[in-house]
Amino acid sequence: MLKHLYDTDCVTWSPQGKLFQVEYAMEAVKQGSICLGLKSNENVVLCSLKRQPSELAGYQEKQFKIDDHMAIAIAGLTADARVLCKYMRTECLEYKYTYESHHPVGRLVFKVAEKSQHKTQSGAKRPYGVGLLVAGIDPNGVHLFETCPSGNYYEYKCQAIGSRSQAARTYFESWFHLFEKSTLEQLILHGLSAIKKAIMEDEELNEKNVEVGILGKNLKFTHLNAQELKDYIAKLETFSPNSQIQQE
Amino acid sequence: MYIPMNEMLKHFKQDVPTMANITHKSEQWSPYHDNSGTVLAVGIPGAVIVAGDTRLSNGYNIMSRDATKLSQLTDKCVLATAGQYADFIALRKFLQQRLQLYEFQNEVQASTETVAHLLSRELYSRRFFPYYTFNLLAGLDENNHGFVYGYDAIGSYDKMTYGVQGSGQELVVAVLDNQLKGYNKINKTIPQTREEILDIILDCFSCAAERDIHTGDNVEILIITSAGTERLIKPLRKD
Repeated sequence: MLKHLYDTDCVTWSPQGKLFQVEYAMEAVKQGSICLGLKSNENVVLCSLKRQPSELAGYQEKQFKIDDHMAIAIAGLTADARVLCKYMRTECLEYKYTYESHHPVGRLVFKVAEKSQHKTQSGAKRPYGVGLLVAGIDPNGVHLFETCPSGNYYEYKCQAIGSRSQAARTYFESWFHLFEKSTLEQLILHGLSAIKKAIMEDEELNEKNVEVGILGKNLKFTHLNAQELKDYIAKLETFSPNSQIQQE
Repeated sequence: MYIPMNEMLKHFKQDVPTMANITHKSEQWSPYHDNSGTVLAVGIPGAVIVAGDTRLSNGYNIMSRDATKLSQLTDKCVLATAGQYADFIALRKFLQQRLQLYEFQNEVQASTETVAHLLSRELYSRRFFPYYTFNLLAGLDENNHGFVYGYDAIGSYDKMTYGVQGSGQELVVAVLDNQLKGYNKINKTIPQTREEILDIILDCFSCAAERDIHTGDNVEILIITSAGTERLIKPLRKD
């Protein structure tokens, strides 16, 4: 395929009906380090693997609180993510100011998607190079959404994006039927197990390179601190989804 | 310059109101309403105690017997406002939104001193159509020592150890001057403990409720310490 003929800008279609610039932007998401989300009837958990550019550097944060009831995990260009994060935060604050209640999750994701689409239909702009996993709770229930540079968005029971995310998705496919009724602790352990499938052989999970954020119907978004992370990672040794089935 | 005689006389004659010249000036609509009530706050080492009655009035009428005048803005500080309730709500909303934005941008909650200055700037931004609010900002400073910032309607503020605002202000502040500072006291024993000060505050409200028609129903008390916030409600006269 003579891609280079049709991939200069967003306003050129390929004969196969593709917008290559948008597809390339989705590649940027796949290059980011893995982040995943999973939900039960009561809670949503976001887990991500933090990348350390070098021994001297800190770890890049991947999860951001948008409001008490909503948070995002990012994969891709962090700078683009920051722009979307700021936009989402501002929208939530304005909504709260006007209506004195939390911004419905689906609506905000739709707004982000609209913003993203706008960048795919102009000669002078480029798509956002970041995918978001949006975890949120509103009167409609518990939600997990994924947004793409293309401007599409999807709702999920659980999803993983970023590099080697297929391994985590395979884990989810086997066990997602358990998530609905899982407790918060079980959900966190499932999330960490899924991430464990996606790390390289010489890497290991520790409280420095893993980030876990939790959200619940009566629980405002919080990150697990270093000690809690250590405890959960230790529990992974003895955790198996099979034991959850036996309990039920 | 020639001035006609009747023009000259107008300056000297007192205008006597007769049937011919009485005009009733209709009361012009005012954007301001005083919903009254009293708030006070006292700061001590380690804690700050904020109290406000819960009566909302309009002239001689009672609009509500349980309307709060207190608003916790951060873990460490509380806004207490007397004056127009609508303006209190608008001011509170603005501060809550602005402080959440501060937290996002700075990854830490604003200190009491910062909130105090922010409130002053916001009040002054409405210098030519002021918020009809008489505020007290009570909170813990960086050393967990309780302080109170008192404001006028357009944002002039000062750091104090105790403050009173509202319709019962004159009745109460003199009592606090005497009890907490020892002014005009022969035996200058100044209360140190939280319990003693709470007693004084409850007494002050009871007294204010006796004499001030706009103060009464209940008094709501918030006690802010580094360990958290405690809330008490005590009844007051309902008439």
